[in-house]
Amino acid sequence: MDFKDTTKEAEFRKKCHDWLDANAPKKDSSKAISGVNDETEYLAEAAKWQKKKYDAGWAMLHWPKEYGGINASPIERIIWGQEESKFDVPRGVYDIGLGMCGPVLMEYATEEQKQRYLPPMAEGKEIWCQLFSEPSAGSDVAGLRSKAVKDGDNWIINGQKVWTSGAHYSDFGILVVRHDPDAEKHKGLTFFFLDMKSPGIEVRPIKQITGTSNFNEVYFNDVVIPDSQRLGEIGDGWKVAITTLMNERLAVGDANGVDVEDAFKLAKKQDDEGDTLINDGSVRDSIADWYCEAKGLSNTKLRTMSALSKGETPGPEASITKIVSANKLQSIGNFGIDSMDMAGMLRSDEGVSRSFQNAWLGAPGLRIAGGTDEILKNIIAERILGLPQDPRADKGVAFKDIPSGN
Amino acid sequence: MNLDFSDEQKFLKEEAKKFLTNEEALKKARNVMENDDAHFDNDLWKKIVELGWTGIRIPEAYDGLGLSHLELCVIAEELGKSLAPTPFSSSVYIFTEFLINFANDEIKEKLLPALVSGEAIGTFAVTEDLMAPTKENINTSVSDNGEISGKKIAIPDAKIATHLIVVAKHSSGIQLRLVDLSDKSVSIDHQKTIDETRAHYSVSFNNTPSLLVGSQSDGWSHYNHVINQSAVLFAFEQVGGAEATLEMATSYAKERYAFGRPIGSYQAIKHKLSDMYVALTLARSNCYYAAWALNSESADFELAAATARVSSTKAFNLCSQENIQTHGGNGFTWEYDCHLYYKRAKLLSVNIGSLKNWKNKLVNNLEKSNTH
Repeated sequence: MDFKDTTKEAEFRKKCHDWLDANAPKKDSSKAISGVNDETEYLAEAAKWQKKKYDAGWAMLHWPKEYGGINASPIERIIWGQEESKFDVPRGVYDIGLGMCGPVLMEYATEEQKQRYLPPMAEGKEIWCQLFSEPSAGSDVAGLRSKAVKDGDNWIINGQKVWTSGAHYSDFGILVVRHDPDAEKHKGLTFFFLDMKSPGIEVRPIKQITGTSNFNEVYFNDVVIPDSQRLGEIGDGWKVAITTLMNERLAVGDANGVDVEDAFKLAKKQDDEGDTLINDGSVRDSIADWYCEAKGLSNTKLRTMSALSKGETPGPEASITKIVSANKLQSIGNFGIDSMDMAGMLRSDEGVSRSFQNAWLGAPGLRIAGGTDEILKNIIAERILGLPQDPRADKGVAFKDIPSGN
Repeated sequence: MNLDFSDEQKFLKEEAKKFLTNEEALKKARNVMENDDAHFDNDLWKKIVELGWTGIRIPEAYDGLGLSHLELCVIAEELGKSLAPTPFSSSVYIFTEFLINFANDEIKEKLLPALVSGEAIGTFAVTEDLMAPTKENINTSVSDNGEISGKKIAIPDAKIATHLIVVAKHSSGIQLRLVDLSDKSVSIDHQKTIDETRAHYSVSFNNTPSLLVGSQSDGWSHYNHVINQSAVLFAFEQVGGAEATLEMATSYAKERYAFGRPIGSYQAIKHKLSDMYVALTLARSNCYYAAWALNSESADFELAAATARVSSTKAFNLCSQENIQTHGGNGFTWEYDCHLYYKRAKLLSVNIGSLKNWKNKLVNNLEKSNTH
């Protein structure tokens, strides 16, 4: 057992670090963890940073060489991610494009389309989004209802998507819709990509409980998509979508925000009826629990990396990450507010207490996004422990006959 | 990056698993529980000695294998999974480590080879009253000529052990004292415990001769050092137990039908088992890190040991109790093995200090490492 990189990994890490060090500012840990203030400014910064990475060959490491990547191994992607996260650079804007949309185009698009769309995606000139979830299709995403009707060489799309990150600033999107409501649920779906500036698309931001808007509703009114932008066969939409969703599961990991170290620091200085909070038994109990969870997750990650480093397939252990981290975040957020007793109700504009309040407000969303706690528990039970699926009311039934509650 | 055991260590684990399955260790645990005269399984213990496991950490100069804590960790996990009723933990994780770490050469020469060969079995005595032992509440005393007087309770394996490390109070401070249990001044009485697969005793000392192990006055920190080491090994036993109970619950949930379908197809059961899997995975990962910290004498070893201990105690408690729940009424019967794990989980969750005390230790260590 050891925590050293292999020689090859160490060389790669040094290369990453050296380039980042010469091209990006280091993170300032004294700053509070907060949301993005000005989106336009952030996007401009993100585009600049993406272009810089692209020019130096760091933009899409995991892509195959023929599309400008270096076919980076999973361990190299992790190393790059670890090094990049030490620097104060905008992240996240291009993840959906590079992580989900790019790979799906590589597999299903024509050569000409790949030439047209992949380079600007990698370079940060065009942003992509993913249009899967619908108001009546969340955890049960294959229950989606947006319609595609064939019209000559085109498809006419009507319906509504929801929880689309970045739809309002995206140039293109990938989309699953139902072309055949008479077929079984999973068989009546078809997959497309489309221009987000197409006539008939209306994007409305969703105001979240945080007061901010990170997601959108997207309405389709007779939106025209050429058949040439179909990815996969008619009726293969679910198969294509599953590939992208697998990529999403890999991407959605730790819930970012305050963690046990922040709770510990707060407990050491926060006055509590004449003593500091850290001397309270129930606080010590909670901190021990959070510490075990936080270390349990980071050590689990190290085990996954160990397997990757040896060229082995990692075990299923990383599937616990989001359930544990999102719940821990909620619990720590609650603690931060409670620690100030009555004054905990006051919304603060900055600093540490703002970070705890943001955690408390944001955590409910993290427990839902990218697979709810409940769905993730089903996945652990069915795929890892091998328990049987629930009997389903939607099997072997035409989609239009499945009970929908309305 | 390699937070994993080596191929040789994994092979050893596989061999241990095969051996304990072939030996039907679980059945032997039940036999010890049901038979008032049986305090351990002598036959299983002899075979374990023959395999050389008692000498894993003992240097080759003293006939041992001279291997590391990591080999002991993989064996601990399998012992925990099988509930093997032997004095292995008392003798190997604790007594042997007291000698390796703190005994003089004379004691080492006399006892270490005997521990390897099985002629000697050791255990330890600290608790005296119905509360957590502290430096202040140790009353068993040792005189200047090395004679011990007092009474200790909740001592594992004292009847089959040949030697004992006693935590005793001397005028100069807390000392570790080595006692030969065959001495006439020692009286040993069986104490019924919540887990009857592991026999415990009270031991009274009446001017019992003893030898000093380690420092004249700093025996308490010696004691803590060895207990911290053992916490990692017990944590591996707990992970083994948690995994065994998760496996039992999972296979029962697939076989047992209610309302026309396997109970494992209900989300109430799925989510329960998934919570068990999460707790087990966190515990296992923290154990691997603690194994590394123990083996490499890392500066954060105490914190890592407490983290592994707390996570594993929680995991085994949860898995063993929810395993009974998953089994329904069957799980509450004497006949099913669920209760053996439930009882072992509770024994292991207090045997070297309670969950509350280990959580406190964890936070104490966080405070220490943050004071600079």
